[in-house]
Amino acid sequence: MITAKTKNKQEILEAVVIRFVGDSGDGMQLTGTQFSDTSAMFGNDIATFPNYPAEIRAPQGSLYGVSGFQVHIGSIEISTPGEDLDLLVCMNPAALKTNLNALKAGHTIIIDTDSFTKKNLEKALYASNPLEDGSLNNYRVIEIAMTSLTKEALKDIEGLDNKSITRSKNMFALGMVYWMYDRDMNHTLEFFQQKFKTKPLIAEANSKVLKTGYYFAETLELIPNSYTISPSKMPKGTYRIINGNTATAWGLLAATEKCGLELFLGSYPITPASDILHELVKHKHFGVKAFQAEDEIAGITSSIGASFAGDLAITTTSGPGLALKGEAVGLAMILELPLVIVNVQRGGPSTGLPTKTEQSDLLQAMYGRNGESPLIVIAASTPADCFDWAYEAARLTLEHMTPVLLLTDGYIANGSEPWKIKSINDMPPISHKQISGGDPEKWNVYDRDAVTLAREWAIPGTKGFEHRVGGLEKDKITGNVSYIPENHEYMTHIRAEKVERVQNSIPDLKSDFNDEGDLLVVGWGGTFGSIHSATKKLNEEGFKVGHVHFNYINPFPKNTEAVFLKFKKIIVCELNTGQLVSILRAKFTNIEFSQYNKIQGLPFGASELTQKFKTLIK
Amino acid sequence: MTEATKYTFKDFASDQEVRWCPGCDDYVILRAMQKALPEMGVKREDVVFISGIGCSSRFPYYIDSYGMHSIHGRAPAIASGVKLANPDLSVWVITGDGDSLAIGGNHFIHVLRRNLDLNIILFNNEIYGLTKGQFSPTSLIGQKTKTSPYGNTQPPFSPGELALGAQARFFARIGGNTPKEMTQLFIESEKFKGTSLIEVLQNCPIFNDGCFKDITDKAVRADRQIHLEHDKPMIFGKERDKGLVLNGLKLEVVTIGENNVTENDLLIHDAKDPDSTLHSMLVRLEYPVATGIIRAVEELTFEAREEALTNEVKANSKFNKVDDLFFSGETYEV
Repeated sequence: MITAKTKNKQEILEAVVIRFVGDSGDGMQLTGTQFSDTSAMFGNDIATFPNYPAEIRAPQGSLYGVSGFQVHIGSIEISTPGEDLDLLVCMNPAALKTNLNALKAGHTIIIDTDSFTKKNLEKALYASNPLEDGSLNNYRVIEIAMTSLTKEALKDIEGLDNKSITRSKNMFALGMVYWMYDRDMNHTLEFFQQKFKTKPLIAEANSKVLKTGYYFAETLELIPNSYTISPSKMPKGTYRIINGNTATAWGLLAATEKCGLELFLGSYPITPASDILHELVKHKHFGVKAFQAEDEIAGITSSIGASFAGDLAITTTSGPGLALKGEAVGLAMILELPLVIVNVQRGGPSTGLPTKTEQSDLLQAMYGRNGESPLIVIAASTPADCFDWAYEAARLTLEHMTPVLLLTDGYIANGSEPWKIKSINDMPPISHKQISGGDPEKWNVYDRDAVTLAREWAIPGTKGFEHRVGGLEKDKITGNVSYIPENHEYMTHIRAEKVERVQNSIPDLKSDFNDEGDLLVVGWGGTFGSIHSATKKLNEEGFKVGHVHFNYINPFPKNTEAVFLKFKKIIVCELNTGQLVSILRAKFTNIEFSQYNKIQGLPFGASELTQKFKTLIK
Repeated sequence: MTEATKYTFKDFASDQEVRWCPGCDDYVILRAMQKALPEMGVKREDVVFISGIGCSSRFPYYIDSYGMHSIHGRAPAIASGVKLANPDLSVWVITGDGDSLAIGGNHFIHVLRRNLDLNIILFNNEIYGLTKGQFSPTSLIGQKTKTSPYGNTQPPFSPGELALGAQARFFARIGGNTPKEMTQLFIESEKFKGTSLIEVLQNCPIFNDGCFKDITDKAVRADRQIHLEHDKPMIFGKERDKGLVLNGLKLEVVTIGENNVTENDLLIHDAKDPDSTLHSMLVRLEYPVATGIIRAVEELTFEAREEALTNEVKANSKFNKVDDLFFSGETYEV
């Protein structure tokens, strides 16, 4: 019999890392999202990391069907989803087996004991029951019969089917965790009312189970104390939680409104990029034309058509899709039309690891086309800054009249963090090159701006500016087909120089923490959080380490070499075998670069980085 | 249309020298198009030609309007993007049998399925010309080409059958040496709201000379072709004495005056019949070969569906500006 008692000890923590793990049908993504949203609204800084299998419903109880959601919350700056866990919430044996190694010794596991049946233990390849064989002795194990308690809590609600009942057990776990970390349940309770507007029974069931879990934890002597994580000191403003794919879509929406054109998205579903398409199809009210094409190639070529006709054209994809789009990217490049290509990188090669993260498409982004076909290549570095980089991609392509390839990755695309909402009024202006009038007699298709080398954009419907373009090499002025050798060489160089001149419209590279010192850590794209945490820690320990993170990759910022020369050693960290470092070595031949790489479909942990960096600074 | 935008065929001729082989039917098609365009009531700046790769795909360079010579097989997808970006444009796809039925087969069937208001002209010469004479997806069994020196072993597509299978609403066929009828077809195709596909039986004098001579030669064509007209009897022949009737589930050629057959016994062509059964039979017919508009069934276009939906969403939305979206829902203050 459980007796009601007041909260015992309250311990104040700076930060905590929690992972919810269960079967892919156990609702772990929802549970994790609710916990992170609630924490963010409380004022914590957060970072999340959903990690799920490619199978939608893998066989129940299997090791490869385990789905997890990790969240790092703190009263301090949080830049990664964290590494070692303070709390593991575990819904079945397979989840325990695949996640236990991440839990810090002495820390807590909450386990649904109902799922530790003989059958599930066998599926998880456990020879003996870990709840009984002493293998969890190093941890504080809270064993709860969550499924039975959930059933018990719902026995009085009439009309609920068994499946809906057992599916609510994740809310029991969430309720317990809410109590442990002193969180308010209201956000989640309101969420149920919204989400199950048409299914009041389900809303009631989930609410009831959540509360039951909460009060159960409160009255349970197994949980000796609860924790408080105070609000973080973030700049004042209005915030929301956003993931990288939504931020990318919204950045494109903002750019569209700013430049005054219409947005066309030609895309084909592919993990982990589909969510950008899912988001943009919702926004017909802004006039968004989101076209789900028959394949990746039609995705990009329809966008090229829309660009030719005057829209801000986007195509979104992931690695294998970019490979299919290659020829068409070259067409957009030689036509010198604006086009944003978003590649949400995933583990490769071939189908690779569709739901896992990697940075192995950089060389494909740079060189993955026939002929000399340079593009502007930029990369986003956190979930929220996908907004800014998507916006910047649109600005650059419209102002420079050449395609921009924006690289994000599965980690930041699915991860989320607080975003201090930007109003369209806070965003820099975007101009475009569309011709609205003028004398067509004095105009040539490939006349160029003296500064940027961008050509003008005459769109169908504009009287007097009728012209033909194509994938064949074109005369440097008229755009007519030209096989003249010198013209081809000239055009090849001018297209490259046009990309190089983007240097004039982008900011200098800055080194964080130190602009000179013993070690410079170089990264790009979605590894920002891990590298930032690691270098911050080293600086706190008294090492003189700088961090530069490339968002502009082609071209590099003008002062790149000058920044490099201020440091004794440089290490380039990437989630690939060394793609950026190979570009840097080719470009800055007088500089020595070391490298640190990981190709496991996982982000860097900050501690593996600090360990590596220390070996370089002695 | 205002006085100032009355055009002649010269207004649609670009300054580029036409570079097809002498005697190629492509010249006929170009000329027919330049004659048809002024009759369509569209402004020159609103006309867009998109092509893929192949001999036919040089076409946009020779028309003085907006145009794009793109990459192999992708013209239907590019044209779809153009049309969705600006539905007011008159958008034309120029393609060949290799371009649309081999490398671009996927885009070809899907563009027909969606039914945007596009016009597609398929130059079918049953061979790859630009790459110098390999067999194409419409080459015949046994046809000797660079890549089938002992005879082609891959059975051909019938473009019309493929098109109808892909839900084509408008399908027409025309011989490459009948410019007057071709001009008229182009005008009809532009009038039709939806994707229209015109297959031109186009002779390649270099790599597949005479491929359609049994059907299109002046001396035989009246007897070998039946030029279909909506709501008119299916009649053909130099003497206008032959026609088509239905015998069981097959079309049969009959002679007027024989076996008590009169013109009244002939089938009446109904291009607007949503049921494509008879259209499919006509498309497959080997004698006589059906030309003219075989099928023309109007239904809502893809862009019209999209526009209606967009208007509906706009009318019911609380979001006018992106800021409305960004600051909506679950936000919080720090």
